[in-house]
Amino acid sequence: MSQTAQRYTWPGDKLQHVPFGIFTDEQVYQEEQERIFRGRTWSYLCLEAEIPKPGDFKTLFVGDTPVVVDRAQDGSLHAFVNRCAHRGATVRREACGNAKEHVCCYHQWCYDLSGKLVGVPFKRGVKGRGGFPKEAMNEEIRLTPLRVESYRGAVFGTFCPDIEPLTDYLDPQFTAHLDRLLSRPVQLLGYQRQIIRGNWKLYCENVRDPYHGGLLHLFQVTFGLYRNTQEGGTRISALKGHNISYSVQGTDQIDAKSAHADVGTYREGFRLRCPELLAYQDEFQDRCGLSIMSVFPNAVFHQISNSLATRQIRTRGPHEFELYWTYYGYQDDSPEMREHRLDQANLAGPAGLVSMEDGEAIELVHRSIRGERQAHSFVAMGADEPIQTTSTLVSEIPIRGFWKQYTQTMGIEAGSAV
Amino acid sequence: MNIALHYEVQDLYARYARAVDDARFDDWLALFDTDCAYYVIPRENAQRGLELPIVRCRTRDMLTDRIVSLQQANIYNIHTDRHMVSNVTVCAEEADAVLAEADFVVFQTDVEGQSRLFGAGRYRTQLVRREGRLAIREQTAILDTAAVPTLMATPI
Repeated sequence: MSQTAQRYTWPGDKLQHVPFGIFTDEQVYQEEQERIFRGRTWSYLCLEAEIPKPGDFKTLFVGDTPVVVDRAQDGSLHAFVNRCAHRGATVRREACGNAKEHVCCYHQWCYDLSGKLVGVPFKRGVKGRGGFPKEAMNEEIRLTPLRVESYRGAVFGTFCPDIEPLTDYLDPQFTAHLDRLLSRPVQLLGYQRQIIRGNWKLYCENVRDPYHGGLLHLFQVTFGLYRNTQEGGTRISALKGHNISYSVQGTDQIDAKSAHADVGTYREGFRLRCPELLAYQDEFQDRCGLSIMSVFPNAVFHQISNSLATRQIRTRGPHEFELYWTYYGYQDDSPEMREHRLDQANLAGPAGLVSMEDGEAIELVHRSIRGERQAHSFVAMGADEPIQTTSTLVSEIPIRGFWKQYTQTMGIEAGSAV
Repeated sequence: MNIALHYEVQDLYARYARAVDDARFDDWLALFDTDCAYYVIPRENAQRGLELPIVRCRTRDMLTDRIVSLQQANIYNIHTDRHMVSNVTVCAEEADAVLAEADFVVFQTDVEGQSRLFGAGRYRTQLVRREGRLAIREQTAILDTAAVPTLMATPI
């Protein structure tokens, strides 16, 4: 059982009150690295389209552990900790590239593309003196490997030797959604990156909070990209931590104007000169213009109109995280669709017309809870319902789903009724 | 070196920076030509030949939408920007068209009065002479600072 995290109380038995201390406690953060990011989870690493050729590699972080993911000569995918087995130096310094091997610049130790140690200068010393004792060098001296699996070109890795296969971890509803998003060969468009001064779990809550989407983000509300009054809902995984929030355009069951009479962000008179920026081409033939799929613990796959991206959460201590957005289209996109996707990069990311508010909202919370060790947040919306797939957007059920998988993975006793 | 032109370009960058930092966004917009574009792109993407920007306004209408959204729609961190523009260089001059570059750093001061580096990078600016004065035809801010702190609402 988690020693530190257990210090905090979880009033009620439905996870409807989350202790603020869990967000800002340095020791909780260390336990999360061990139990979540290096524990019984699959973390999203990258898209195969980012490392298409043998020798292609990319550096990233799983939690705050530096990782290299690459493709070997036989096409197989590998991932390992980006830390030399010798003295701990960062082996791969570049963000990405192509290489035949990975050489640590400090003492020129050389690893093959699977992370196996293949070269140590002066291993046996010079003229019979110096060097390593024979018995000191063995197969275990290598770059610490992650287990890697790819689903539809989305690459995941884990430090847990006996975790279930990726497809079981993802759950059929979620592999089905990846089938939807990644059924055509992917074309990488580029990256956006953002450092938010808040705890990473505040972002996990944010992307599992369909209630805020139609209130905080004026763009979505006013232009009908996403409204709480639309047909939509959230799908939740068996382990509760993954969820897909979605809305279907043009399906407001009631008059959106009157329903939003007390919502300050709904502006009747606001018009864009270029409304085509928001145009949704129904490329998946299901009229679902917005879907945000979150995978516990570190990934989001977003579709905001025709903007498609993955988001990777990289923790940087309890008080800061990086959001790493990878935008893509499809190789068979028409030139017009490619332009449309590039235009719609305006909607998301750090300067996103739709999404920029999230950075502010998270920092507003983090700033005011930083010293708090007793009080709790209140996430009771829909608490009379079980944590499962629901067809309303006015709900905090997915947030409690996150806390269900979080507390279970951390070994915290809480939420006995859900 | 055409000192008069160099001074004119430097003065334009100064007015550009002042307008943003004073939150006079309509004045900032007025520095652009009627036919104009504004882009913010991370250097990482540009170096790898990846087109994805952070901000992409291909037309004056798109840029106007950005500014109107900033003024009326988006909720963002309360802050003050301070642009420092330096190493102004006139790269090319032909008839009424000028290509200029300059380096920038932007400091941001938050509501509690703390100042932090927001970003560093280079402007690549296409200018056009209209009725005797220079106007921005296309402004590209290439950001060295790949990871934007918090969010980017105001133009850089």
